[in-house]
Amino acid sequence: MAMPVSGVPTEARATQVPAGHALARVGRAFRSSRKATAGTILLAIFILIALFPGVIAHDSPTADAYPPHLGVSAAHLLGTNAYGQDLFAQVVWGTRNVLIIAFVVGLAATGIAVLIGIAAAYLGGLWDNSLGVLTDVLLVIPLFPLLIIIAAYAHGATTLVLIVAITLTSWSYTARQLRSQALTLRNRDFLEAARVRGERPLYIIVVEVIPTMTSLIVASFLTNALYAVLLASSLQFIGLGDPSTVSWGTTLYWAQNNAALQTGEPLWAIAPGACIALLGAAFALLNYAFDEIGNPALRPVRKVRQ
Amino acid sequence: MRYALRRLGFFVLTLWVALTLNFLLPRLMPGNPALAMMSKFHGELSPKALNALEILFGLNTHESLLAQYFGYLHQVLTGNFGTSLSEYPASVSSVIGSAIWWTVGLVGVTTVLAFILGTGLGIVSAWRRGGKLDSIVPPVFVITSAIPYFWVAMVLVLVFGITLHWFPSEGGYYVTTDTPGFNLTFFQDVINHAFLPAMALLITTIGTWILTMRNTMITTLAEDYVRMARAKGLPGRRIMLDYAARNAILPNLTGFAMSLGFVVSGAILVEYVFNYPGVGYMLLQAVSGEDYPLMQALFLLITVAVLFAILAADILTALLDPRTRTAR
Repeated sequence: MAMPVSGVPTEARATQVPAGHALARVGRAFRSSRKATAGTILLAIFILIALFPGVIAHDSPTADAYPPHLGVSAAHLLGTNAYGQDLFAQVVWGTRNVLIIAFVVGLAATGIAVLIGIAAAYLGGLWDNSLGVLTDVLLVIPLFPLLIIIAAYAHGATTLVLIVAITLTSWSYTARQLRSQALTLRNRDFLEAARVRGERPLYIIVVEVIPTMTSLIVASFLTNALYAVLLASSLQFIGLGDPSTVSWGTTLYWAQNNAALQTGEPLWAIAPGACIALLGAAFALLNYAFDEIGNPALRPVRKVRQ
Repeated sequence: MRYALRRLGFFVLTLWVALTLNFLLPRLMPGNPALAMMSKFHGELSPKALNALEILFGLNTHESLLAQYFGYLHQVLTGNFGTSLSEYPASVSSVIGSAIWWTVGLVGVTTVLAFILGTGLGIVSAWRRGGKLDSIVPPVFVITSAIPYFWVAMVLVLVFGITLHWFPSEGGYYVTTDTPGFNLTFFQDVINHAFLPAMALLITTIGTWILTMRNTMITTLAEDYVRMARAKGLPGRRIMLDYAARNAILPNLTGFAMSLGFVVSGAILVEYVFNYPGVGYMLLQAVSGEDYPLMQALFLLITVAVLFAILAADILTALLDPRTRTAR
């Protein structure tokens, strides 16, 4: 699992301008960032593959249709595995499963994080204390071993079980970040104005606080999606997923099971792993780009020509 | 003092949550999974071992959930984790004892190395802003942080183990030719076997230390006291290390504690790929052998280890930074 990569995890990156301007500025900064461009292109490619796998790979990913151990050729771009399945088809069709997990977990975990993080900061007092403790406890309990025992008791996790388990356990890191930014907003004038107008807390949170934090919420989504990709693939790789799912992690599981590296079929393991790394990199690059937008001090120094 | 008490309270609370999760999970799953496991071993277990397992997993009992819970807590807190089913009749504690030092050695040494190297690179990278190192480091390590641990491990096995034959790619030592003991050949053998797993962990974890250190260091470098130090004409090295890095390292230390969970998960996967005889490999063996008592105990052990490391980092932070002691 990638560790969280960001500046100061506990300190907020406050956006000092009203929501509308902030969005426009984030948009401008986003377009001029090379990391953001690279991440967007990578992610777009994977989304296209996941939407139309049949157009790219003509073979079925599960049919044992060919002789086993075929090398790389025009007909089989990545060769075939020990079962005679086309590896290119497996990698292409496997994209869908991992992207579904990434997006569903990313959205759901970010939803929980926004709700808990902002509620804790905004409501304050006992609420803040108890939600803060809940977040911190979940943050330090080792996530991956916990997921392993959940999957073990469930006798292998189907995609749905993976999504639910990862969502419920992985929101805490981003909730903490969101809370600390929401705390810096708490006593700002525009929120005071809303309170004086007599708005209800829920209205203030949804209409006033959340739009101001858009950039960090997007970054939270990207972090959670990255975790989801790595956690789900790792669980599938060690055989705790559903072995009949077509996904990169499952392909890696069968490769490891058949000692693909030792028997001269490295592509069986290397190709799906490379895809996980590339998809992870797409999320990480986008996330880092958002970090730089929120904290201009981190942006690359452009050399001035003399 | 209040700070220490708060942290200790948090430690106990988290431990209790982990214990309770261990208690609730098998009972919450549809059709208690431990039941199937027990029927598999029925007749082979001594009555005493059977009783311990029944308390751990809530089988053959008409007690209320609450009474079960207290029975469970009592048994676990007195150190009885039951009998390992895959290594029957060895107790879980003795089975774990054989694996723990492999992991402590591998993960401990690698984590400290990654922290020192990564922090150092982060300091230099931030100090020479826009220099060669600084232009390479961030993008490269943003990408390495997204690579799955097990894949790095597999690539290392393929390149250095299978293709080049530079290092062994399996196990903790040569089981057939070497006997464990305090001698030089065994020591060399262990280092040789640990090299690739350690590299896999180092490559995947170092990026975080570099990036967090670089990013906080950039913030501290903009502080007034750094400008003051420059104005006084202090040597660059002194400003870099004693003024900027000294203050920037504190968030990195907190981050160190936070990230230990990730290191642990990495270690599990790396040990699995290398068949390294540590705790992570054992956990996955326990899962595939449906050895639930062993699995439960390992989860607790890993959680406790992480909690202790966090407590240590907290204490260190409090010693280094007077502000944390007075805050709140």
